[in-house]
Amino acid sequence: MTTQPGEQTHIVELLRSRRETALDRWTELAGAELRGRLSRGELRGELDDLLSLMLRALDGPDAEAAHDELTAALSEMSRRRARQAFTPTETAFGVFALKQVVYELVTESGSNRPRLTEELMAFSHTVDELGLLTFETYAATREQVISDQAEQLLELSTPVVKLWEGIVAVPLVGTLDSARTQVVMETLLQTLVDTGSLYAVIDITGVAAVDTEVAQHLMKTIKAARLMGAECVISGIRPQIAQTMVALGIEFGDIVSKASLADALEYLLARSGVRIVREEAG
Amino acid sequence: MDRVPILKAGDVLLVSIQTDLEDRTVMALREDLAERIVRTGARGVVIDITAVEIVDSFIGQMLAGIAAMSQLLDARTVVVGMRPAVAITLVELGLSLGGVQTALDLETGLRLLGAGPLDGGPSEAQDRR
Repeated sequence: MTTQPGEQTHIVELLRSRRETALDRWTELAGAELRGRLSRGELRGELDDLLSLMLRALDGPDAEAAHDELTAALSEMSRRRARQAFTPTETAFGVFALKQVVYELVTESGSNRPRLTEELMAFSHTVDELGLLTFETYAATREQVISDQAEQLLELSTPVVKLWEGIVAVPLVGTLDSARTQVVMETLLQTLVDTGSLYAVIDITGVAAVDTEVAQHLMKTIKAARLMGAECVISGIRPQIAQTMVALGIEFGDIVSKASLADALEYLLARSGVRIVREEAG
Repeated sequence: MDRVPILKAGDVLLVSIQTDLEDRTVMALREDLAERIVRTGARGVVIDITAVEIVDSFIGQMLAGIAAMSQLLDARTVVVGMRPAVAITLVELGLSLGGVQTALDLETGLRLLGAGPLDGGPSEAQDRR
């Protein structure tokens, strides 16, 4: 970014001398639609900081340092905006509004300096660059938020729970894609090793749809578990899904499939030699 | 070239692979193992691959080959301690090691063969942790 100090002297002088007016007008323009996400006072405070930094960056003894500070402050501001659910337009407009303010100030002052047009152009250029910076930070922050959430979702959705000594279960919820299945597979297999469990139930009650790809993923997981010496049972295939699977020609081969998690647990308890007996009442 | 040691415990041969396998090592192991099974009349072979982190299709096939060979010599093979990453790799390679029995760890593997670590009666095989 290029700011040539001294080039915009008149504008800087104007902004300095009529600082309060400029700030009020800027707040008014930038805060046209706050809808309670930010108070007017807060906004004015933020813009006040920005304006002082900007004036220092344009025309001050420490222009370089002030410019860095300005960049940091702007980035911070747009990061906050992104998290407060401001739209990109609102965020960028907050900066661009300064052009309007300066234009109004210049018109009002009735000045007709010879180099005024150039100064306005240069100033407008500066503001544009700041606006673009705002926008870039905004987009980056939003992307960060999205990837964070995706990661959290991935972790949330793959718990491995222990049902009994030596029996673990993975309740799957949502849509299964390659990435998720990979996580499920790794978590399940690692848990088998860590807990020394011989049996695992993969419960797909919460899986919305099973297509050939998902079935393939499930088969792979079960085969891998077998290779490690554990046995996997599938449970909770819903009626419509069972019909779809038959229609698609998906076969689970010799993999045991049970209607409900309870059935699967009962089956595995029997396999591991545990017998459940109801005590006689009284 | 390193040779993988084959230990004898009762009528079970124990092969613990401690390094990542090279093709030649596995081929040598197969030869050694065949000879030892015949010489000792072992009834079971436990191959412990806990320390193996990398496998390729050749190693996978050799494991299946060793199991099939032992079967011919009347010894059951159990592969124990396969790591999750190794299992995933083998499945991705399309190798499900059809004829090979597997177990989570050495203890379970020995129990599968009916040879518990302490006295190893077949009655113990039912008794899970």
